[in-house]
Amino acid sequence: MTEFLEALIRGLGIGSVYALLALGFVIIYKATRVVSFAQPAFMLTGAVVTSYLTPALGFVLVTGLSFFLSVAAAAIVTALLALVLERVLVRPMVGRAVFVIAIITLGIDIAVRTVVTGYIGIGARPIGFPWGIETIQVLGLSVQIRHLVMMGTVALLGGLLYLFFQRTPFGLAMRAAAFDQEAAMTQGVSVGAVFGTSWALAGGLAAVAGALVSTGAGVDRQLWVIALIALPAIILGGLDSLGGAVIGGLAVGVVEQLVGSYQRDYAPWLGDNVATVAPYALMLLVLLVRPYGLFGTPEVRRV
Amino acid sequence: MSTTLPPKTEDGSSPVAPATPTDRRAKRTRLWGRPAFFQSYEQQLALFDTWSKRVGVAVVVVVGFALTQVFSDDILRSLALAFVLAIAALGLNMVTGLAGQVSLGHAFFIGIGAYTAAAISGDPEARTIGYGIEEMWIWLPAAGLVAAVFGVIVAPIATRLRGLYLAIVTLGLVFLGEHVFREWSSLTGGAGVGRSAAEPVLFGFDFSDAGSDSMFTRDQQMYVLMLVLLLVFALAARNIGRSKVGRSFAAVRDRDMAAEMMGIDLPRTKTLAFALSSFYAGCAGGLLYTITGYFDPGSFNLLLSVQIIAMVLIGGAGTVSGTIAGALFVAMLPTIVRNLVAPNLTFISTLPSETPNVFQVEQILYGLLIVVFLLFEPRGLFGIWVRFRTYWKSWPFSY
Repeated sequence: MTEFLEALIRGLGIGSVYALLALGFVIIYKATRVVSFAQPAFMLTGAVVTSYLTPALGFVLVTGLSFFLSVAAAAIVTALLALVLERVLVRPMVGRAVFVIAIITLGIDIAVRTVVTGYIGIGARPIGFPWGIETIQVLGLSVQIRHLVMMGTVALLGGLLYLFFQRTPFGLAMRAAAFDQEAAMTQGVSVGAVFGTSWALAGGLAAVAGALVSTGAGVDRQLWVIALIALPAIILGGLDSLGGAVIGGLAVGVVEQLVGSYQRDYAPWLGDNVATVAPYALMLLVLLVRPYGLFGTPEVRRV
Repeated sequence: MSTTLPPKTEDGSSPVAPATPTDRRAKRTRLWGRPAFFQSYEQQLALFDTWSKRVGVAVVVVVGFALTQVFSDDILRSLALAFVLAIAALGLNMVTGLAGQVSLGHAFFIGIGAYTAAAISGDPEARTIGYGIEEMWIWLPAAGLVAAVFGVIVAPIATRLRGLYLAIVTLGLVFLGEHVFREWSSLTGGAGVGRSAAEPVLFGFDFSDAGSDSMFTRDQQMYVLMLVLLLVFALAARNIGRSKVGRSFAAVRDRDMAAEMMGIDLPRTKTLAFALSSFYAGCAGGLLYTITGYFDPGSFNLLLSVQIIAMVLIGGAGTVSGTIAGALFVAMLPTIVRNLVAPNLTFISTLPSETPNVFQVEQILYGLLIVVFLLFEPRGLFGIWVRFRTYWKSWPFSY
């Protein structure tokens, strides 16, 4: 039981990171109807910027504060980068086939990721998270501090996003544009600003996710693959559901950790590292039953 | 493909001549200087519907063979590789360009083809599975067929999903496939180790082995083999495209519900599209590593899928000639960067340990080119060609 609960908590921790990434995907999808494959690049950018900023902010004496400050700064930097890239490279494509835009974001991802990877250097780059993989005892379970931090972050950012979308005029404008772009435009909503904001939000969220996920082993060249594990999460939750993204992300994290803990005992013939592909298998199973995910809106089709 | 319908005459009847059995000549003779005037449906649906296309293709083929005497061996090797990737891209073009079903899972089918071919032709004594049947006319179709079977297995999921959902699910296929390839080490040799590829032997003649008495080098032989195979596959793709099957694909792409109402069986058509596309991918997979002779299970990753997608989109989705042009362009990009761009930028290092190095520049250029191409010419190389052609067709008028 202890083992199960600990795996569950680990899963919820890692799942929080997937949830942040999935939120980014879904925000962009809702605003522009495109899945942005540039998220891995933003995630890596966030992690790398944090790893450079944390030592520079070392004068802040409270433990960990320099890390959190640099994460916030990295999120802002990445959001600005996303904003610029969207304005320059994606905006001119409005109205083109969705898939062409998706491939453009893939191109952006490859270019940005290569540049950023150049700053990692050889081997893993420490990110300056003060607790590393230390654990504390909570109700008799040993829990890694970083997993608690991840859960706290997703709760905080999820709450802020909820307030933003539900309680601010611009959040309302974004929801209106997601519902019907032309109708929103006639009501004075700047749809261009909505597109830009969605990219900036997604970039910021991905940057935070990147910094959090590298708290354990540091920033390495393979970090970006994590962002692609968030893809099953958005499919599970439904491409256009923010709540679904969070639930999907947590579910993917939990499934991954449970498979990682138990597969070796119960199904060793599946080989090592099944945990990393388990989310994709889960996604295929869910889609066979529900083609638009658990919370997605079925598309209305007309001839 | 722009299929120009014959213009209607004043009384509304079409000027297409009735093609009676006695009127055979009408099918063959064409009016000189009026390439878009078709006198029968056979002419309109012909493989090469205009005279200039026939001549153009013939010239390109002759030049293709002549290049063996022009280029050095290492460039010929890159070109041979590009031809094989073009076969794979033709397959993706069938499912994405013609049938409109976006697939990011092409690398998975290429991998299945590669392992089927390698297992059939492999050495029975070796560490990895091998049956020692080296004849290419056995392992090449087998590689395609096994991949096609997997395409049919995947199709039920694919027929239920549309658009980006389908893209992400097929992406999942690549990750699942990569995992199986890595773990099944008795077939694949395991991650980081790999196994030897299929032997390109046709009726006892080994293309990968240039004996001392041969007048051609190994790379020249492989180049010619791949060029001939590409021609075969391209002709087949063009034929499928103009047949009933190909036209039903296009109908599904343009509006699937409308196609269904016209009597096209959607699940069947989509399954067929996936099967055909996977067949091409499987054949390309079988051939891909005969050139280098060795491959690693990590090769069939997302990057390969993206590369093939980039080929189709940069070339021009839905067209055979565009896809081949795109494949050559994308596949030759590293060679072009290394030989032309890098020597002119002296601050770029050729050592992988320094930044910026030539490999990074190659990657960045690759990403940027995809972006820039689609930004300025969403129809790709084929779109550029169409504009060029239209300009000269209507010269000296602007339209």
